[in-house]
Amino acid sequence: MTAARALPRHADGPDGRRLPGLLQAMDLDAHLGAYGPPPYRGPRQLIEVVAAAGLTGRGGAGFPTARKLAVVAGAGRRAVVVGNGAESEPASRKDKQLLLTAPHLVLDGLQLAAEAVGATMACLYLHRHPGLHRALGSALAARAAAGLDRVEVQLVSAPPRFLAGEESAVVSRINSGPALPRFKVPPMFQRGVAGAPTLVQNVETLAHLARIARYGASWFRAAGTAAEPGSMLATCRRADGTVEVVETAIGTPLGELLRLSELPGQAVLVGGYHGTWLTSAHAAALPLANAGLRPAGAAVGAGLLVALPPGRCGIAEAVRVVRYLAAESAGQCGPCLSGLPRIATGFAELAAPRPRPRLRADLERWARMAERRGACHHPDGSVRFLRSALAVFAGELTAHARGQCPATSHRPFLPVPAGVPAGQADWT
Amino acid sequence: MNQQLRVNPIACTGHGLCAELLPEWASLDEWGYPIISAEPIPPRLRKAARRAVTDCPALALLLTDGR
Amino acid sequence: MSGITASTALWYASRATGVISLVLLSAVVVLGIVVNRQGRLPGLPRFAVTGLHRNLSLFAVLFLAVHVLTAVADSYVSVSLAATIIPFVSSYEPFWLGLGAVSLDLLAAVLVTSLVRSRIPRRAWRAVHWLSYGLYPVAVVHSIGSSADLQSGWLLALTVFCLTAVAAAAVWRLRRSITAVPRFRRVVSALDDAAGGRAAGRQAAGQGRPR
Repeated sequence: MTAARALPRHADGPDGRRLPGLLQAMDLDAHLGAYGPPPYRGPRQLIEVVAAAGLTGRGGAGFPTARKLAVVAGAGRRAVVVGNGAESEPASRKDKQLLLTAPHLVLDGLQLAAEAVGATMACLYLHRHPGLHRALGSALAARAAAGLDRVEVQLVSAPPRFLAGEESAVVSRINSGPALPRFKVPPMFQRGVAGAPTLVQNVETLAHLARIARYGASWFRAAGTAAEPGSMLATCRRADGTVEVVETAIGTPLGELLRLSELPGQAVLVGGYHGTWLTSAHAAALPLANAGLRPAGAAVGAGLLVALPPGRCGIAEAVRVVRYLAAESAGQCGPCLSGLPRIATGFAELAAPRPRPRLRADLERWARMAERRGACHHPDGSVRFLRSALAVFAGELTAHARGQCPATSHRPFLPVPAGVPAGQADWT
Repeated sequence: MNQQLRVNPIACTGHGLCAELLPEWASLDEWGYPIISAEPIPPRLRKAARRAVTDCPALALLLTDGR
Repeated sequence: MSGITASTALWYASRATGVISLVLLSAVVVLGIVVNRQGRLPGLPRFAVTGLHRNLSLFAVLFLAVHVLTAVADSYVSVSLAATIIPFVSSYEPFWLGLGAVSLDLLAAVLVTSLVRSRIPRRAWRAVHWLSYGLYPVAVVHSIGSSADLQSGWLLALTVFCLTAVAAAAVWRLRRSITAVPRFRRVVSALDDAAGGRAAGRQAAGQGRPR
């Protein structure tokens, strides 16, 4: 396995000792042996170190973590911290894997973040993956016995919805409501869980935070790029159907992560179902870093990379995903609720033989009407996914219009959950 | 003081008063939902904007103090 | 003017302004329902309908104030000021007047919250505004029971007309609640609509969400 090349250069700690990888499985004893107890040191210090390290959120938005910490710490009232382990992106696995193998790094990070913002309450919001709740429950019990945690951590289960991991949906669910986004005025850092200033942080971000607190900013910056330092977890779905979560330095070429030279794909999806399709040739040389991806219309997001194998139908895959995205709308905002179902149906019609002439123009119009007009970024991301699919699979689309399809296999490749949420219970 | 007229898309049910009260600032899309300029409200429209905020039957408009 | 005549004048004023208040209140409730259902009055823009709803309600409150104060001021019957806001403490017709006090209290809540509606949470304003559906029937029963005026003749006809108008509007409003797609089913419903071929253009308007 060529993963060794993808390991961050800071696999060595500041004292030269080889550090475990982020994904190395550790129970509490192993964790304490490798890392020691959480280094509590007072709120100010941690925020400064995290700022110097340049850590950004690993949940998809990439917001500077130190700024988030500072803003919640500065709210002047009792805060709440939430570790977001919902990972609602169906194709992504990094958070689940991290939580199952190295929960104590995440939990350390949660405690340190709580100290940093003056939180008296902490929650860990978890995907309904079997065993995850139980594993984290045991981890917390072990920590309680060892007296490691200062703030009690509540485990909250996320419903299996695409939007369940959206920051305000997380807060809504923890507040005993449905996991639906809300209008962000006032923002979460002012009024969130139980009306308190709330810090919501992806679990991987917390794990990095736990290591930065121990090894410092220069250690973190030894990997990655100057503008986007550190390592990150990436879910790599390669063209041979294998899925691997790797820890990699930011800036690693996508071709390397997806092993495109040995396992060529016809197209690459960067960033998940709110992400961007790129041609394989284009993607191979791009780095897993926003500096290189943004000019291509893509973004690192939550580090999900998919190589579509040759012989599959990219259009059929995209149509299935877009229909899923429409079905997963919260249904709260007029433009999203009006636009996405029409877009999904229209896209399916466009992929059928002899679509009506104005359909493409209608699709583009609905896309423009829906994007950026919701309370969350669901319509924006869905439209981005659609537009990039239309561009990358333009040739296939033309063939489809003639009633032909160049694909040799119509077995679905992208994981898309079936069913449409139809009741309150689906959102809680 | 820069003020922005914003719509809460969750509260909005498409009554359309905003587009009537501020035709040069807000318009309705083909589904009846408002498209409102994200620019700071010009002073001459401030009074109408405040009226739109108070009159919206769904209380879906707000004037934010801008950055 | 002798004391008795003055008192009688005040008493008549109270009854007259009471009737006017009831008529205005009926119009206000109907207009409120028209706004909620995104209905139109011919020739009027939507902001005029909401404006009419608000202005008529202020007029209604004005007439109501005169109705209450003249009833208190007049000495033909004894109605203390307290009895107009504390239900059922009046020595004259405690039950019927008490109902008037109840509807007055509810109206005060609706009025105050509506005056500051852009400053209080949306849900709080809505919750209090729903009290309108309670205060109206109470006001009607108060009106019919408090004096024989509305129980015969053209005033009875007027009352029946107002009641019918409000009842019809209320049924129209209720239909919307009943037929509206429950919020957790909106997406399923929208997907079905889109698949059913209604994706090709604008759906029939006037239903609120979804379109």
